[in-house]
Amino acid sequence: MADTSAAATSHHAAAGGVTKRDFLQLIALSGAAIGAGAIAWPLIDSMNPSKDVLALSAVDVDLTPVTEGQGITIVWQGKPIFVRHRTAAEIKSAQDVKLSDLIDPQADAARVKQGHDQWIVLIGICTHLGCVPLGNKPSDPRGDWGGWFCPCHGSQYDTSGRVRHGPAPLNLALPPYAFTSDTKIKVG
Amino acid sequence: MAGLHKSEFANPVVNWIDTRLPIFTMMQKEYAVFPTPKNFNYLWNFGALAVVTLTVMILTGIFLAMNYQPNTQLAFGSVQHIMRDVNYGWLIRYVHQNGASMFFIVTYIHIFRGLYYGSYKTPRELLWMMGVVILLLMMATAFMGYVLPWGQMSYWGATVITNLFSAFPIVGPKIVTLLWGGFSVDNPTLNRFFALHYLLPFVLVGVVFLHVAALHITGSNNPLGIDVKSPQDTVPFHPYYTAKDSIGICVFLAIWAAFVFFAPNVLGDPNNFIPANPLQTPADIVPEWYFLPYYAILRSVPNKLLGVCMMFGSLLVLFVLPWLDTSRVRSARFRPVYRWLIWVWVAAFVVLGYCGMHKPEGIYVVLSRLATIYYYLHFLVILPILGKLERPLPLPESISQPVLGRRGGGPLPGTAAAKPMEKA
Repeated sequence: MADTSAAATSHHAAAGGVTKRDFLQLIALSGAAIGAGAIAWPLIDSMNPSKDVLALSAVDVDLTPVTEGQGITIVWQGKPIFVRHRTAAEIKSAQDVKLSDLIDPQADAARVKQGHDQWIVLIGICTHLGCVPLGNKPSDPRGDWGGWFCPCHGSQYDTSGRVRHGPAPLNLALPPYAFTSDTKIKVG
Repeated sequence: MAGLHKSEFANPVVNWIDTRLPIFTMMQKEYAVFPTPKNFNYLWNFGALAVVTLTVMILTGIFLAMNYQPNTQLAFGSVQHIMRDVNYGWLIRYVHQNGASMFFIVTYIHIFRGLYYGSYKTPRELLWMMGVVILLLMMATAFMGYVLPWGQMSYWGATVITNLFSAFPIVGPKIVTLLWGGFSVDNPTLNRFFALHYLLPFVLVGVVFLHVAALHITGSNNPLGIDVKSPQDTVPFHPYYTAKDSIGICVFLAIWAAFVFFAPNVLGDPNNFIPANPLQTPADIVPEWYFLPYYAILRSVPNKLLGVCMMFGSLLVLFVLPWLDTSRVRSARFRPVYRWLIWVWVAAFVVLGYCGMHKPEGIYVVLSRLATIYYYLHFLVILPILGKLERPLPLPESISQPVLGRRGGGPLPGTAAAKPMEKA
């Protein structure tokens, strides 16, 4: 083997310890690592939701067809969203509950938008194991608290979507939404 | 335990793995200390560039396949979805599209190196033949890949090329129906082209592995075309050729990036921005640039079957090249006549490519016929005869000898004396 090959595999450190060769190796390796990252990131990011999926991440809902006492189900980001127009009795029964009676204490006022407490908007997925509870159709069972009843394992929710009878551990979740006018909401 | 590999590595984790599956020893042997001729020029970079290209094509292809729809109703739109909506989709698509061209540039230069320096000669005949298999696989893959966007040129190129097989007597039309899966290029065709386009690159990886394995048995050729005579003729692959290849890779990626970022569609056909229309043929049906020479050969013959045979023959003749060339000298550097004849052949190949771009009429027909004749003449007549008649230049004694002189050489004034040649 030519003599130079021996020098290639072992470097003789100068008195200071770190040689120019070490520096060059570090720079070369760092450059390659940065290059590899620059190549990897666009490939990985291409797996993130694309622009058309992100465009569907918000849904507008017109509330005018929903009469008092009626509930509808819309789809948002692939999930069912319950929108119910509560009657005065339903609102009162939701507000008059003692927080210490609740499995997952939360005041009704914290679950509706100020000035619009006749509208309850919930993610319609049971917090136990993920079934869609019944209660939006007039013929559906609504459970003992007049809200929703999950047929899978018997969880029951009240008119504020709070869990009143297990095995569900938590209240029905609230999606992010806002009133864009008195009769329209934007979910997401 | 008898039979287990005795690993030399100090690191305990590396040692544990290496004892059970000696990949580290293998990498050390084949890519670190591997004795490589020390006189490579940059033409020897192109095999490594091809492997880099293949890797990038597979990576970008897999991520494209996550968003592509192989259905005639959806394909064109899915490509636009990739370009417009998928994060960095435009980048992945352009890298893949221009990567196909880069792959062929790199491979054609790699093949030229083989032709010029006689790398196909004994004992590397099988290495060369596997290379021809790789070229054929690349062409099949590229052809099918071009159909996938389902543009006008995708559809009509597929129609023309699949129709070629109808030239075969008796079974021709049945073969075409089998390829199509129907009565014309349509959804079944597109679907199977996608499946095969995804498959063939992995077959390619396997053949490339065999190609490199065969190379490591015979050792590399070198610009002088003479065998390695002693360890002094070689350097370890690492760090010499890892460094040199790194430079080549950087330059290559820069050129590829220049296409991707500044002229991504310059090598493509504008017709492919029009969705496929089976009822309307474009004015000119032209394949991608890397197929143009073969397209010209195909169209130079007025007979359909003969044209097909001449086109496939132009590739098949490469298989038997090691036996056609009778010269005992490998490198063109020492073959004064072959040295310029090979460039005449390259000129014929380029002329064929140029003719392939134009309609087969007038001067282009004449030129493509002359160039096709010369193409075959070179392999079937010139090379067999030339080997017998040509007087080669005297070969150097060894790779080191031109540098070190006959017995290590005398020192130049004021410099150190070179060590005498080591025994092998």
